[in-house]
Amino acid sequence: MLDADFFRRWMTATAASVDREAERLTALDSPIGDADHGSNLQRGFTAVTAALEKETPSTPGAILILAGRQLISTVGGASGPLYGTLLRRTGKALGDAAEVDRAQLAEALRAGVDAVMTLGGAAPGDKTMIDALVPGVDALGVSFGAARDAAEQGALATTPLQARKGRASYLGERSIGHQDPGATSSALLVAGLVEAAGE
Amino acid sequence: MSDEKLVGIVLVSHSAQVAASVAELAKGLAGGATAVPVAPAGGTEGGGLGTSAELIAAAAASVDRGAGVAVLTDLGSAVLTVKALLAEGDELPPHSRLVDCPFVEGAVAAVVTAATGADLDAVAAAAAEAYSYRKV
Repeated sequence: MLDADFFRRWMTATAASVDREAERLTALDSPIGDADHGSNLQRGFTAVTAALEKETPSTPGAILILAGRQLISTVGGASGPLYGTLLRRTGKALGDAAEVDRAQLAEALRAGVDAVMTLGGAAPGDKTMIDALVPGVDALGVSFGAARDAAEQGALATTPLQARKGRASYLGERSIGHQDPGATSSALLVAGLVEAAGE
Repeated sequence: MSDEKLVGIVLVSHSAQVAASVAELAKGLAGGATAVPVAPAGGTEGGGLGTSAELIAAAAASVDRGAGVAVLTDLGSAVLTVKALLAEGDELPPHSRLVDCPFVEGAVAAVVTAATGADLDAVAAAAAEAYSYRKV
């Protein structure tokens, strides 16, 4: 079972990998975006870590809702409301449970991903974070490791796609050949689950 | 008509200068609609380009006179942040609405309409109508 500590570890592991990969995320965002994805997410997840140290929510749902709130308020770019909505909606779907199992997390994350698709209007294949999140959540039924691998594959598979959402969509065919930064950071979020599980 | 009844208007842009200038332009073109509460929410809190949920929430609170708040945005994260704040439920004043309109033209139409004491539906409709005005 996954308790509040697991979810706290998930958030801190994600914050650490966003820190490590911030420059790479910004470099990916430079040819097809506005070159701030890494620094924006870094600021957001730093705020998440600080908030989780200050307040100590006792349930998985409350941790994700607090984290999502921090991302919406501090990121400053589109990834703030998108990741914020993902975590908040997932947290709400988990409700007040003190512990959840992997299948319940997968189901809640699916609700979160659906909310992101509604908010941003993106579907699979649009070269967005959805392209890593959907395969990641699909594979979560198998194992955390499978989810991480599927999300990474999903992020890599955005390279040949033409962007249909966000700033990259203005570039049309010129967006082809670049890996999507949002899908890349989403793969980091999914990979954080493996670290939290200690696998 | 009393000031209490006026719809408030928030202008959200990635740039502090754009938000402030459009607010000034709209009030100027609205013929001295000085009573209409208009607040810009531009850029990040640090003064950079981007969107700040805190600045938007503060601006909305500052223009709320109880008749509703029309929130107009430019692009991308401005739209998504307002939608996310509305989804939170308690971040923006009751009867706040994201109005789908061109930013500059919609702001002028919204301020002019709000100055007449029109309700939020009418303000939103006037701003949205700006989409149908073709320049060529």
